[in-house]
Amino acid sequence: MDHECARLLPAVCAVLADPRQPVADDTCLEKLLDWFKTVTEAESSLLLLQENPCLLELLSHVPTLQDVSAGVLSFSLRLAGIFAAQEDCFQYLQVELLPGLFGAAGPLSRAVWAVPTVRSGWIQGLRSLAQHPSALHFLADHGAVDTVFSLQGDASLFVASAAGQLLVHILALSMGGRAEGHTCPQGDDWPTCAQKIVGHIEESLCSTDTSRVTQALNVLTTTFGRCQSPWTEVLWEHSPVLGSSDLGPWEMTAQALSRLGPTQAGPLALGVLKLHLCPQALRTQAFGVLLQPLACVLKATTQAPGLPGLLDGTSEDSVVADALLSSKSSCVGLLCRTLAHLEELQPLPQHPSPWPQVPLLRAVVTILRLCDGSAVPASSVGGCLCGTLAGCVRVQRAALDFLGTLSQGMGPQEQVTQVFAILLEYLERPDSSPMVLKKAFQATLRWLLSSARTPGCSGLGPHAVLFLPELFPVLQKRLCSPCWEVRDSALEFLTQLSRHWGGQADFRHVLLESEVPELTQQLLQDPESYVRASAVTAMGELSSRGLHATPTSPEQPEAQQSLLPEFLHILSADSEGFPRRAVMQVFTEWLRGGHADVARDTERFMATVLQVVSRDLDWEVRAQGLELALVFLGQTLGQPGPHCPYTVTLPKAAPPSPLTEVLGALCRVRLFEFAFRALFDCDRPVAQKSCDLLLFLRDKTAPYGSPWEAGGSPDSASVEAALQRWQAGEQGQPLGDLEPEAMLATLRSIDLEGLRGTLAQGSDHVEKSPQSLLRDMLATVGILQENQADCY
Amino acid sequence: MKIKKRFCHSYCLSGHPTLPCNVLKFKSTTIMLDCGLDMTSTLNFLPLPLVQRYVLMHPKTKQELKECSGHVFVDSVPEFCLPETELIDLSTVDVILISNYHCMMALPYITEHTGFSGTVYATEPTVQIGRLLMEELVNFIERVPKAQSASLWKNKDIQRLLPSPLKDAVEVSTWRRCYTMQEVNSALSKIQLVGYSQKIELFGAVQVTPLSSGYALGSSNWIIQSHYEKVSYVSGSSLLTTHPQPMDQASLKNSDVLVLTGLTQIPTANPDGMVGEFCSNLALTVRNGGNVLVPCYPSGVIYDLLECLYQYIDSAGLSSVPLYFISPVANSSLEFSQIFAEWLCHNKQSKVYLPEPPFPHAELIQTNKLKHYPSIHGDFSNDFRQPCVVFTGHPSLRFGDVVHFMELWGKSSLNTVIFTEPDFSYLEALAPYQPLAMKCIYCPIDTRLNFIQVSKLLKEVQPLHVVCPEQYTQPPPAQSHRTDLVIDCQPPATSYRRAEVLTLPFKRRYERIEIMPELADSLVPMEIKPGISLATVSAVLHTKDNKHVLQPPPRPAQPTSGKKRKRVSDDVPDCKVLKPLLSGSIPVEQFVQTLEKHGFSDIKVEDTAKGHIVLLQEAETLIQIEEDSTHIICDNDEMLRVRLRDLVLKFLQKF
Repeated sequence: MDHECARLLPAVCAVLADPRQPVADDTCLEKLLDWFKTVTEAESSLLLLQENPCLLELLSHVPTLQDVSAGVLSFSLRLAGIFAAQEDCFQYLQVELLPGLFGAAGPLSRAVWAVPTVRSGWIQGLRSLAQHPSALHFLADHGAVDTVFSLQGDASLFVASAAGQLLVHILALSMGGRAEGHTCPQGDDWPTCAQKIVGHIEESLCSTDTSRVTQALNVLTTTFGRCQSPWTEVLWEHSPVLGSSDLGPWEMTAQALSRLGPTQAGPLALGVLKLHLCPQALRTQAFGVLLQPLACVLKATTQAPGLPGLLDGTSEDSVVADALLSSKSSCVGLLCRTLAHLEELQPLPQHPSPWPQVPLLRAVVTILRLCDGSAVPASSVGGCLCGTLAGCVRVQRAALDFLGTLSQGMGPQEQVTQVFAILLEYLERPDSSPMVLKKAFQATLRWLLSSARTPGCSGLGPHAVLFLPELFPVLQKRLCSPCWEVRDSALEFLTQLSRHWGGQADFRHVLLESEVPELTQQLLQDPESYVRASAVTAMGELSSRGLHATPTSPEQPEAQQSLLPEFLHILSADSEGFPRRAVMQVFTEWLRGGHADVARDTERFMATVLQVVSRDLDWEVRAQGLELALVFLGQTLGQPGPHCPYTVTLPKAAPPSPLTEVLGALCRVRLFEFAFRALFDCDRPVAQKSCDLLLFLRDKTAPYGSPWEAGGSPDSASVEAALQRWQAGEQGQPLGDLEPEAMLATLRSIDLEGLRGTLAQGSDHVEKSPQSLLRDMLATVGILQENQADCY
Repeated sequence: MKIKKRFCHSYCLSGHPTLPCNVLKFKSTTIMLDCGLDMTSTLNFLPLPLVQRYVLMHPKTKQELKECSGHVFVDSVPEFCLPETELIDLSTVDVILISNYHCMMALPYITEHTGFSGTVYATEPTVQIGRLLMEELVNFIERVPKAQSASLWKNKDIQRLLPSPLKDAVEVSTWRRCYTMQEVNSALSKIQLVGYSQKIELFGAVQVTPLSSGYALGSSNWIIQSHYEKVSYVSGSSLLTTHPQPMDQASLKNSDVLVLTGLTQIPTANPDGMVGEFCSNLALTVRNGGNVLVPCYPSGVIYDLLECLYQYIDSAGLSSVPLYFISPVANSSLEFSQIFAEWLCHNKQSKVYLPEPPFPHAELIQTNKLKHYPSIHGDFSNDFRQPCVVFTGHPSLRFGDVVHFMELWGKSSLNTVIFTEPDFSYLEALAPYQPLAMKCIYCPIDTRLNFIQVSKLLKEVQPLHVVCPEQYTQPPPAQSHRTDLVIDCQPPATSYRRAEVLTLPFKRRYERIEIMPELADSLVPMEIKPGISLATVSAVLHTKDNKHVLQPPPRPAQPTSGKKRKRVSDDVPDCKVLKPLLSGSIPVEQFVQTLEKHGFSDIKVEDTAKGHIVLLQEAETLIQIEEDSTHIICDNDEMLRVRLRDLVLKFLQKF
């Protein structure tokens, strides 16, 4: 603890021990505890207490106070626990102070015990101090374990849960000393404390009171979840309750799977299937449980008897059918969970094999058809499902997500055709909600990409070639939707499509035949900023691929109209941040990819963009400006070194120009001025990024040595003066036209490493300091005192 | 007072569930609920100004029938299918309650040609906009004079030889030509204006009240109630937030019977999705230089579409595309909508106080983006610019300016016709225009209740019985597997079809009766249970104007002369000496003990389903004790019977 804190501490303790000075803000106490925790991690608690007697005074005084506040009492209990976690300090405190706090004579016996905060503080204090064997004796001597038992059923959920956790902790602590392999299978030689707790758990498990059984199960679950020591196995296998049926854990799980209802069995089945080492029979059973609801759906809609592939001869589907039919919410919930579980399972390496791809595809397509009312039910169950699922958005979303996942496995030709048909239907339907439509776009993209990956297929793949001409009219319609979410997801979909297939002749043909490029360009003026941003991204992508507009004039059939002026206009004039950020991302991509509009006059492009961006109010736009500058530097100076987090990929690394030339270019585009300004940006990420960029620049220019000896240059002094003004917050003044040598000198004179360190600390490091906390607490009390004086 | 079973009948005069016409005989009143006009019959006729080639048909009808693209149409002034007029004498109808302007189009046929002499009740916007719809209809038909009126084809023997759909057209004998403006005015003059929640007394027996139904300007549901019975009539209601005042659901609670009509005609389409579809297709067409034709009624959904376009056209970059609204009543419709502030949804009402016009079409007109014309002749032909969007009637495509645009634009695939009104099958509407190059988009916008909303409404309102058209009790024919597209309620809804008479099931059968003060004074109540007192009353029930009063009975007449005596006995019911009324129950064990005390022996008690039988074996007598009766059965031993009776009576209270 530093001197300043030690000086403030007595006053703070005095405030806390004075019931007339209530602590207004509970978070102060939490922060104080956090601070003590860090202090005791580094220093001896015993020494701390001896050097700061005010702490001991506080801890012994508080429990004796009549009208102590519950908050302060709870704080004291927890603080004492933190100190007593160290064994020597525990020994020092256990004679008087700890019994007074945690013993029967302490808060336990007082009215203030009724406040949940106090009980919670008591438990947390014990949880902290129970770190060494001596603590176990203390717990036993003061009957604390019995109190914890009773607190398991506390009215406050926080207290009850903390009590359970504490029991687990005590059990683990008391068993902790056991050497592995020395545990008696019967547990007879277990420590008294452990025997007591296990006895309590067993008793609770046999209780007719459900809440007690639940408490015991919670303790067991936490124990098994937290601790993998051999003794837990003993607990599992030989506990009279758990072991009574002679069943091992696998058999128990199998029983549970067969007995639980579909809603509870699903998550368990998923858990089983995620295990790496698990008997095959159990895996098969678990997968069967997971597939039941889908099998039920298929059965209800299939005319032919028997279900090829998925759960032939299921026996217990009546329970599942009941769950599906009992109510709309139960049906929707079960189907959504099942689909989500299967979606989670599919990409895992340990997923069941063989994977029933064909029946799963059939099932999910059927569900989607039930949702849009086009499925024809084969039974009364089907008819009921049809009514329940018609128009259900939740199930549609889950089914489309899962359908997207299934694209990894493809399927037989005719089934893939069916998948594309249902996807097209969903994209076309006027009733599709914006969210469903977005999911349909995502699933479509995944299927298109998968179909293109079919072995032996070049280009788009046979399905995509057939599908795209049907897709584009739908996309056109969606780009004209009055609902902005729809326009937005259609644009995102278009961007993805072009990114993957912009070079494919078939795709280019269909796209250019359609009105999609014009509609997309039109959306640059959309009233909704998200849509404008997506339109910028989409147009940027189309333009990179030479797809952005069909020739407007017959004289220049090949010429694309440049988008650069339009984008620059958005960057300088759009009132919302999203479109401007999108423009900067597109510009960065264009620069990286050597886009013709940029390559024509890169310097002019950079100068214009950096000038506009430096005035932007959105820090993300400014940060993106630095990203652009970094790419530019990479291209003029060569690849950034490995210390730089940014990697620049250039199609062909241009040979670095002589340094003077490069520096001249950097000065002409005013990159120095932009980066220096950003260095003192009020938004930390921008300053950090600029710092990184300047460090990169300095390192890159270092090996060349300095042609001009720095220091004496008068220009440099004026730059530094300007920088100091900027740092002080006077951002208005420009740097003026300056020579490269002055810039370089300035660059070398700035303590960039130091600045980086300061920036890494975060802006609130001063406010977070313990001194500040202690002063704040005192100040608050001071204000309270003044108010009291006024009142009297 | 509990009275004998009282029947309440409902006569169904229309087979169209959204254009209902029912007559309710309730207590002593005869109430007609709506008088919708089924105009789908016009689809069998040729569009009015079209000239078609003649094809030889049945020799007698060759002048009447024309073929066009494989369909046969009647070449005559279009005719409408009237409500049933034979089922009940319509001159006996006391009142007609109108729920919305679409459901009053048959009014002139009823009020002018059936001897009807009652009153029609409707809200002001209903009447005003209803008048506009009628005016437009009459105008559309009258301005294209067509001498020919075909009737030969209606001959049953001829009709069955005709090709479909004419062969299958129903009730052709009831089809009538359109009414005249004079008849419209006369019919409308019989209407009395009402406001929401206003209580209207009918002959002291029944009270009727209109409630906001949320579907259209001034649209209402009706409550028809007496002291003990309540019938709710729900017609054309909407729970969506569009321009009208929201639906009043709370007042529909505690109904004995709820008559449910006017649900959405497109239960699988959601209006929001359809509006989106409308806008997207409109934009795509106009962008390509094509024109958009929207066949529509001059009021209703068009307000919402214009509002939607107001927001959409700028964002879609279509601000320069003119919107034209062509109807003989276009101007009135746009203006009326702005003045019925009190009938609008809250949002629009509050605009009036700003003050701003509640509908944004005012701004569209101000900025010249929306222009309206009475017809295509005159100013319109000077202003007309393409590409454009035209809203015009009639949605059946059989008459009105829409016919002109179908001919003008039908040949180009750049143009699009977008159907938004759900009343007509768009394929049938288009049939006489085939082959057609223009694109056709069907996005019916029907904001009326769908089945999910109905099920929520019924759960909320909990009527004892639901009565509805038969169409709502089975899935639509095209989607027979959609068992969810029916009214789902307990007990199951009672359904009706055209020309059917229904007895409405009522659970409560009570009447309110007043007691004259002097009679009330004479009553001496006796408390038989804590809080419950009884008294017998002898009185004369006097009933007049559906009010019932108990009056003191006349004093027994003095037997003076034979003549007079006879008259008195005619008028006054017999006032016999009243036997006391009995109450209480007989405890069997104690009764047996009493019997034994009085010398009866050999008593046997048997339990039966309803009570007990006490057997006096020696006396060969049987006493049957049940909850509400006691019988003593013995063989001709009156003495014994009286003795036993007196013993029974000891256990009962008399008053």
